[in-house]
Amino acid sequence: MKLAPLICAVLLSASLSVAAQGNLEVDSPAIGALKQSMHQRHSQLAPLYQSGAVGLAGDGTVALHSAGSVPLAQRGQVNALIAAENADRRALYREIARANGHPEWESDVRNTFAQRWVQRAQSGWWVQQGGGWVQK
Amino acid sequence: MSPSLRKLFLGALVLTTSACVTINIYFPAAAAEKAADRIIDEVWQLREGAAAPAQPSAEDKKP
Repeated sequence: MKLAPLICAVLLSASLSVAAQGNLEVDSPAIGALKQSMHQRHSQLAPLYQSGAVGLAGDGTVALHSAGSVPLAQRGQVNALIAAENADRRALYREIARANGHPEWESDVRNTFAQRWVQRAQSGWWVQQGGGWVQK
Repeated sequence: MSPSLRKLFLGALVLTTSACVTINIYFPAAAAEKAADRIIDEVWQLREGAAAPAQPSAEDKKP
C-alpha cells in the first residue's frame, strides 16, 4: 500500500491545478471576427463618445445619450452605428458563453463587460451608472 | 490500507471532484474580467491612443 499516499498526492495536486485554472476561452474565430468588426467601427464611434452623442449604457450596450449634439442629417447614420455596435456586442457575449460550453453564462458575461466598458471609458465620455448618465 | 490513509484518500477524491464541479457550474468572474479587459483593449486600442489626439488639440485651442 505504498501507492496510496502517492495517489493522494496526485489527486490533491490535480484538484488544486483544476481549481486554479478557471479560465475563459475567448479565442474562437467567431469572437475574433466580432472584435475586428467592433475595432473598425470604433474609429467612427470614438468621436461620438467624446462629444457625448453616444454613451456607454449600463447593460453592456451603447446608447444615444444626447441626440442634440448630432446634426439632424447624421442622426440616421449614428442610429445605424449604435444598432450595428449593439448587435456585435450581443453576439460577442453570446459567443463567449458558447465558446466555454455554457450558453447560460451570457448574462454574466454581459454584466462583466458592462462594468468593464464603463470603468475603462475615457474621461469626457458619458456612462450609465445606477440608471443615470454620468460624465467620466 | 490503514483507516487514516483511507480517509485521506477519500478526502482527496472528494476535493478533486468538487474542484471539477465548481469550475463547471460557477461563472469564473475574475477570469471573465481579465478576458473582458483584453477584448476591450483590442477593440478600443487604448495603448495606441486612437481617440487620444482629440484631447490635446482641444487643449491647444484654449488661450
